[in-house]
Amino acid sequence: MDIIVCIKQVPGSTDIKIDPATNTLIRDSADAVINPFDAHAVEAGVALKEQYGGSVKVLSMGPPQASEAIKQAISVGVDEGFLISDKEFAGADTLATSYTLSAAVRKMASYDLIICGKQTLDGDTGQVGPEMANHLGIPCTTFIRKIVEVKDGFMKAERLIEEGYEIVEFPLPAVISVVKELNEPRMPSIRGLMAAKKAEVPVWTAQDIEADKERIGLSGSPTWVVKTFTPVREKNNVIFEGEPEKQVSDLVARLRDEGIV
Amino acid sequence: MGIKITKKCIGCGVCVDVCPYSAIMIIEGMAVVEGHCTLCGACAEACLEQAIIIDRPAVKPVAEQDKDQWRGVWVFVETHGTDTSPVSYELLGEGRKLADRLKTDLSAIVLGDGSYKTDDLFARGADKVYSAAHPYLADLDTEICSLALLECINRYKPEIVLAGATSFGRTVMPKVAATLETGLTADCTGLDIDKEKGLLLQTRPTFGGNLMATIVCPDRRPQMATVRPHVFKQPEINGSSQGEKIDVQLAGNLTSRISLLDRVVELVAGEKLEDADIIVAGGRGLGSTEGFEHVKELARLLKGAVGASRAVVDEGWVPYSHQVGQTGKTVCPKLYIACGISGAIQHLAGMQTSDRIVAINRDPDAPIFDVADYGIVGDVKEVLPLLISSLKKEFGQA
Repeated sequence: MDIIVCIKQVPGSTDIKIDPATNTLIRDSADAVINPFDAHAVEAGVALKEQYGGSVKVLSMGPPQASEAIKQAISVGVDEGFLISDKEFAGADTLATSYTLSAAVRKMASYDLIICGKQTLDGDTGQVGPEMANHLGIPCTTFIRKIVEVKDGFMKAERLIEEGYEIVEFPLPAVISVVKELNEPRMPSIRGLMAAKKAEVPVWTAQDIEADKERIGLSGSPTWVVKTFTPVREKNNVIFEGEPEKQVSDLVARLRDEGIV
Repeated sequence: MGIKITKKCIGCGVCVDVCPYSAIMIIEGMAVVEGHCTLCGACAEACLEQAIIIDRPAVKPVAEQDKDQWRGVWVFVETHGTDTSPVSYELLGEGRKLADRLKTDLSAIVLGDGSYKTDDLFARGADKVYSAAHPYLADLDTEICSLALLECINRYKPEIVLAGATSFGRTVMPKVAATLETGLTADCTGLDIDKEKGLLLQTRPTFGGNLMATIVCPDRRPQMATVRPHVFKQPEINGSSQGEKIDVQLAGNLTSRISLLDRVVELVAGEKLEDADIIVAGGRGLGSTEGFEHVKELARLLKGAVGASRAVVDEGWVPYSHQVGQTGKTVCPKLYIACGISGAIQHLAGMQTSDRIVAINRDPDAPIFDVADYGIVGDVKEVLPLLISSLKKEFGQA
């Protein structure tokens, strides 16, 4: 079974804080990590390869330093990775990003399964996986929490929904997006770390993946960001005082007065 | 194309501070943009000197679309048998305002096997209801629903299509948007109409709610968005409302490559975090699964849902389906009671937009108090039983 895992390098989540004095975004460091949901996608890919044989590759789109994220994936058992990186890709929304990834997937040899995390920590859209499946003309199921089995060219899996889960079956090749409940990502092995150190990560440009220039980056993005701002939240910020009994009765009184309980 | 720093730059560094990607440096008194800039625009917005310009090439519309052909606001109604997902009502309320601002119709689009009663949708503000009934639509298969919605959009050409940001909406809408090659904005928390051009202004949180972005889709139609449940109020029921019902005969091939073998309901009614008006959430401060029982009791008393921090889910006190936060669920109930949760940034990302937040924690410096409306500093194991008995008295149950 040949697997492609799509990963994104994101700013480490703890980097993102609001400076209360200036109400702007501040960062502790410039650390970047594999998007946490994508780490579960990588684990799923490696585990499937261990069970069914074949290969597992990662694909990432991002700046040159995103090759670090690919090396992290190699350190936990991924065979090889490819980075698509080009100034032309900047400003891509989910449509342009999913198109770009699908162009790179077409360039890679045949595959049976593409695994994505359910969404990224920075963009939070969860749209790239399903949109990519559409560009490739293959089925997509989202929010996979358990892979039951792969047999005769079909995958059976459990899909998380609000009320519980669905059991679905679909033919491969397909795209799945996974939730963290699926597995526990492993730590790198010594051998994995060595392999990551030695690994060369090929970098593909827009030309390399034969992408249509009108469908990538800003030109290929129907949506534009017209404004960004830090949310202003009005908080009462009342800390009650006194004995616990008094604090509790003050709280209940406030909630009653506001008609909440 | 891209980002330009003009000579107006004074090297103040405001852009360096606001860049979420650490992609700007000040070199010799001028801002310099590095290669990994995503053109998100946070710097241009923040620059006091208006020295940063983001050039946008004209996006070529897919076809020479006459935008006037695309009229009306659609709400893609999510049904479960004969029930309506609450977010669909919320969207009808908000969609009504958008349609009024655009002086156009609000329509509900319903897919199903025909058992769903659509009258209710008129009472919630819809002028028209498009109803596509087919036995294959009964199971809410995401592929079949995508094909059906796509056919309806191509036939009737709405300018705006809204759906709930549920597991269903977040799967169907990207498939449709990718086929139409139009924009789709995920998980919006604010919608408005731009006065000049009549564009849909779609505001959504990014970076776990720490940065808001307003997004437009100027050149392609329809403008599509999924909207976070519980952000908008459900509209009042207007009993006298009537409207036009259009039965849509689907002509396309409704087949799915995905077979639904079973649907297993794990949460009983009232436990669903996304729909709850009140959430009582517990963290490590409760000490043990026994301590967590207080949280469940308070939730039952308030007819609310049970939430949890990542720490206690990892401990196995409650299943993952209860986890609130960046790697769990994002919720915005009317009341969120955080019990023994210190408030790591990842947890805050999942609940800080709640209407009212109550925090109970022993540590007065815990970050949860920064987002709380009401705080009690004390041992949660002591405070919760007091709160439960006090509320029981309030409800006349004591």
